[in-house]
Amino acid sequence: MGRKLLFEHIDKPGIRGLEGYRANGGYRSVEKALKTLSPEAVLEEVKKSGLRGRGGAGFPTGMKWSFLAKPEGVPRYLVVNADESEPGTFKDRYLMERIPHILIEGMITSSFALGAKVSYIYIRGEYFYVARIMEQAIAEARAAGWLGKNILGSGFDHDIHVQVGAGAYICGEETALLESLEGKRGNPRIKPPFPAVKGLYDCPTVVNNVETIAAVVPIVNDGGEEYAKIGIGKSTGTKLISAGGNIKRPGVYEIDLGVTCDEFINSDEYCGGVDGRAFKAVVPGGSSVPIVPYELFLKTPAGENRLMTYESLSEGGFAQGTMMGSGGFYAYNDAQCIVRSTWNHTRFYHHESCGQCSPCREGTGWMEKVLHRLEHGEGRTEDIDLLWDIQRKIEGNTICPLGDAAAWPVASAIRHFRDEFEYHVTHREKVKDPKHFAREPFRKSAKFATA
Amino acid sequence: MSARTRPITTTEGTKPFSFSEAGLAECKALMARYPEGRSKSALIPILHVAQAENDGWLSVNAMDAVAQVMGLRHIEVYEVASFYSMFNLHPVGTYVLDVCRTTPCMLRGSDDLITHLEKKLGIHAGETTKDGMFTLKGVECLGSCGTAPMLQCGAQFHEDLTIEKADALIDQLRARNSRTNYTDR
Repeated sequence: MGRKLLFEHIDKPGIRGLEGYRANGGYRSVEKALKTLSPEAVLEEVKKSGLRGRGGAGFPTGMKWSFLAKPEGVPRYLVVNADESEPGTFKDRYLMERIPHILIEGMITSSFALGAKVSYIYIRGEYFYVARIMEQAIAEARAAGWLGKNILGSGFDHDIHVQVGAGAYICGEETALLESLEGKRGNPRIKPPFPAVKGLYDCPTVVNNVETIAAVVPIVNDGGEEYAKIGIGKSTGTKLISAGGNIKRPGVYEIDLGVTCDEFINSDEYCGGVDGRAFKAVVPGGSSVPIVPYELFLKTPAGENRLMTYESLSEGGFAQGTMMGSGGFYAYNDAQCIVRSTWNHTRFYHHESCGQCSPCREGTGWMEKVLHRLEHGEGRTEDIDLLWDIQRKIEGNTICPLGDAAAWPVASAIRHFRDEFEYHVTHREKVKDPKHFAREPFRKSAKFATA
Repeated sequence: MSARTRPITTTEGTKPFSFSEAGLAECKALMARYPEGRSKSALIPILHVAQAENDGWLSVNAMDAVAQVMGLRHIEVYEVASFYSMFNLHPVGTYVLDVCRTTPCMLRGSDDLITHLEKKLGIHAGETTKDGMFTLKGVECLGSCGTAPMLQCGAQFHEDLTIEKADALIDQLRARNSRTNYTDR
């Protein structure tokens, strides 16, 4: 049973309101930071904690904060990325819905460290009702003096605004998010300059994920070293994993980084194993990370138990590993068709491409078209190599990582499940039935029997 | 064509548009939230207000009213409205059913749900029923993967859907017959 840092009090009555949150030790990190620590000391704790960005990239948070430019007389901003749109990911929604004040507390403490007087929560438009919950919690915090002028008599002023989006996956990319927050189309910016130098309104800005900012609360309360005791190597602390797909117990779990993949997917504390049937494949970190066969999710190429850490999940590189990503975990049973799923993934990326870079704008459309004909019994043998070729030409050739994110699911599906693609060419009549593998699971050929 | 640039319509909905008093007050409050000279940041929130006050979609008249209130050029509003998928650029039904179709929902049966709704309503995804009651949309991941399949109608998420639950929801909405918006409280 892992330690809970963010979810410790999540089931306590009234935890959604300020009173209940405060009764369970809420806002202690603000008191500690504003009354006893300097901004530099808070940054030092975050560095010591080893916290890595929880939105997907896993970049060390302390380092990101230390890049923030501090020119005289120029405002600095903290922007919380609550755009949560990576397929499979619903952890931030869960956290904001149930315990909104932990995000507000983390934002005040973080803003104190960064010297930001105003911060924004950019929340996806579809989460309008969550935005209302956050707005209400902010109003409570403001009324109680946790926000506003001269908080706790420290001389530090801070206020938070909630900004809703309107349906665009790309706005989860930090520079697209800033464009959107400025009232424009969500087209990612060319970096450099990075937001730490030129971000919102051309001012130095830190953009962090909801979970990252919430994790600052236990880090400041207990100290960075204490936080870093949880986990293995450079994967410290706890991580929220939102689990879905063909498992018995879908939901959001706070895990200690370092639990085995086997325990996570099969134990009753977490996913509870497969929902009937047998496991076939796993996407452990949101749709952008490589899909891996179930066996390869459990064991590294060296035959060791794979762990839920940034390093272990990526062991074996792109050929044999995957990534932690955002923690948007979903598992496939053997009724599922990998070609259909890859077509679905690609349709998503085509729909969500902002259209700025031609390799992504055109490439995702071509991939969707080729995958559509494979899945609908009109595929040709050369389509598989064509797909491989297109994804290679997208990867690395775009302004933002959406291009890579569109390429990787296709590359990994072909790499690990090529025989299933070949089957779609040789059994065109059979695959016209959308439930082709539900009736008769696909059996790997000898060539692909071991992943 | 990239889905991110969708044509706006100039032929439908020539009905004039002006904000209600409450809507106008909300626009002003939204614009005041940002630093001086940065009120354009309120564009997306204000488009949501306009859409809710214009029967759930953004006509050219509604977008032009937004441009006027915010002091923006028309193109600045059109280019944003046409980028974001929650903004409807054509008339929609009393209820817009946003059914999630992305992979995690697919693994839990969203294909069957969409097929069923298409049959029940007698329309394809993307269309509106003849009586103007329902618009069916297949949308991308709504962050509800653990409670899939699901659909969003207005601000509300309807999760862990079965065919039976979806049928009951349709009947219930039909009987209620009052518009829902994303901005509903």
